[in-house]
Amino acid sequence: MRKEYKEYKDIIGDGGSNIVGQVTQQIERLRSRMEKVKHKVAVISGKGGVGKSAVTVNLASAFSMQEYTVGVLDADINGPSIAKMMGVQGQHLKIGENGVSPAVGPLNIKVMSMDLLLPSDETPVVWDAPSQEAAFIWRGTMEVSTLREFLSDTEWGELNSLFIDLPAGVEKLPNVAQLLPNLDGVVLVTIPTEVSHFVVKKSAVTAKALGIPVVGLIENMVGYICLNCGQVGDLFKTIYDGKKMADQMGIPYLGRIPFDPRISISSDKGVPFVLEYSDSSAGKTFIEISAKINGFLGRNK
Amino acid sequence: MKYLCLECDEAMEFVEAEGPEKGSLSVTFICPKCRKGIALLTNPQETQVVRALGVRLGGRTVPPEPFEQVRTTLAKQREGLFHPEEEEVIWTEEAEKRLEKIPNFVRPRAKKVIEDYARERGYREITPEIMDEAGEKIKIGM
Repeated sequence: MRKEYKEYKDIIGDGGSNIVGQVTQQIERLRSRMEKVKHKVAVISGKGGVGKSAVTVNLASAFSMQEYTVGVLDADINGPSIAKMMGVQGQHLKIGENGVSPAVGPLNIKVMSMDLLLPSDETPVVWDAPSQEAAFIWRGTMEVSTLREFLSDTEWGELNSLFIDLPAGVEKLPNVAQLLPNLDGVVLVTIPTEVSHFVVKKSAVTAKALGIPVVGLIENMVGYICLNCGQVGDLFKTIYDGKKMADQMGIPYLGRIPFDPRISISSDKGVPFVLEYSDSSAGKTFIEISAKINGFLGRNK
Repeated sequence: MKYLCLECDEAMEFVEAEGPEKGSLSVTFICPKCRKGIALLTNPQETQVVRALGVRLGGRTVPPEPFEQVRTTLAKQREGLFHPEEEEVIWTEEAEKRLEKIPNFVRPRAKKVIEDYARERGYREITPEIMDEAGEKIKIGM
C-alpha cells in the first residue's frame, strides 16, 4: 500500500525554476507584440507544391498596394522561401532592446524568415543538440519555439495585416492557433487536382475544429495563359472544381488564379508579380481576391 | 516536475543547474528540512526537450534577449547575423533625388541595402557615388 505523502497538486511552485511563470511571460510577450497587429491571417494548403508561398507574397503585396501596412511571416522553418520571393535575402537583422528589426521588402512590407538567419541558400536548418539521434522527440518543439520568437520578438510595429505562410502539412495549423488564439482566419490554397482537393479538405476541417474562421478557398494554377497569344489552355486536365468543393464545404470561394509563367520568374528575381503585372489576368485576380479578404477581415473585426 | 523528500514529506528546493555538458544537464535539489540533496541528470534527448521550451532551469532574473532561443540553438548561422541598432546614415540631397527615381515598389528595399552597404564600410553619408558603388557590388538596378 502506498505511503501517505504529498501529491503533485499539494506542492505550490516547482522548487525555484518557475517554469510556468516563464511560459506565462512568453505568452504575455507574444500577446503584447500582436496587440499592434490588426489582422493575422494564415495561408495554408495542407498539400505542398500548390504555389501557396507565391500566393502569400502576392496577397500581401496587393494589400500593401492599397496602402495598408503589411508583414509576412514565413512559418516554414525548414524550407523557407519568402525572403527569396520578396527580394530581401541578405538583409541584416538589427537587434535592439525591443526586438529584432525585420527585413524590409517592396512597398515597405516587413518580412521575417528563417532564410534570413542561414549562411547560404543550401544550408539546412540544423539545431545545436547533444545528439541528433531521436530528434523527433524535440524538433517539433524547437520549431514552435522559433515561430513564437519570430512572432513575439520581431519589431513588427503597427500592422494592418500579418500574413503567415504555413508549410505543407495539416498538423502545423494547431501550432499557430495555439500561439495566436485570436487568429483572424485562414486562407486555403489548392490546385485543381483530386489529390490537392483531398488534402485541402482536411485543412478546412482542421481549421473549423480549431474554431478558426475560414476566409475562403483560392484555386491556384487554373488554366495556363500563353504569353504569345494570350489564350488560356488547361494546365490540369481534371474535372475538379474548386468552387463546387467550397460550396460543398460551406466555405467562401475567393477565386481562381491562372498559371502565368511570369509569376515564377518574378518570384525568382524577388519582385512580387502583382507589383510588376497588376494589369495581367493573374495580377487582377490577386487584387480582387485581396479585396475579398479585406472585406472578410473588416466584417469579422 | 516537482521533487518530494519522502522521508520528510517536504517539497525539495532548487539549488543549481549545470550544463549541458556531454549532452547532460545536472540539476540539484535539496530538502529544506533534512538538507538531503538529489541530482536530476538528463539524457541528451531530455536535455534538448528542456532547451526547446526556451525556459531556464533555476528561473530568470532578467527577461530573455530577443531571438534568444534561435540564436543559441541554430547550429549554422549567417556570419554577423545580427547588427546592433545603428547610427543614422545621412543621404545627400543629390542622393535622395536619385533614390526618388527608383520605382516605388523596390525603393524601400534599395534604400535599406544601400544603407547597409554604407554602414558596413563605415560611410556616414550616402552620395550618388556611393550609390553607384553599392549598385555595382550588390547588383541592384538604380
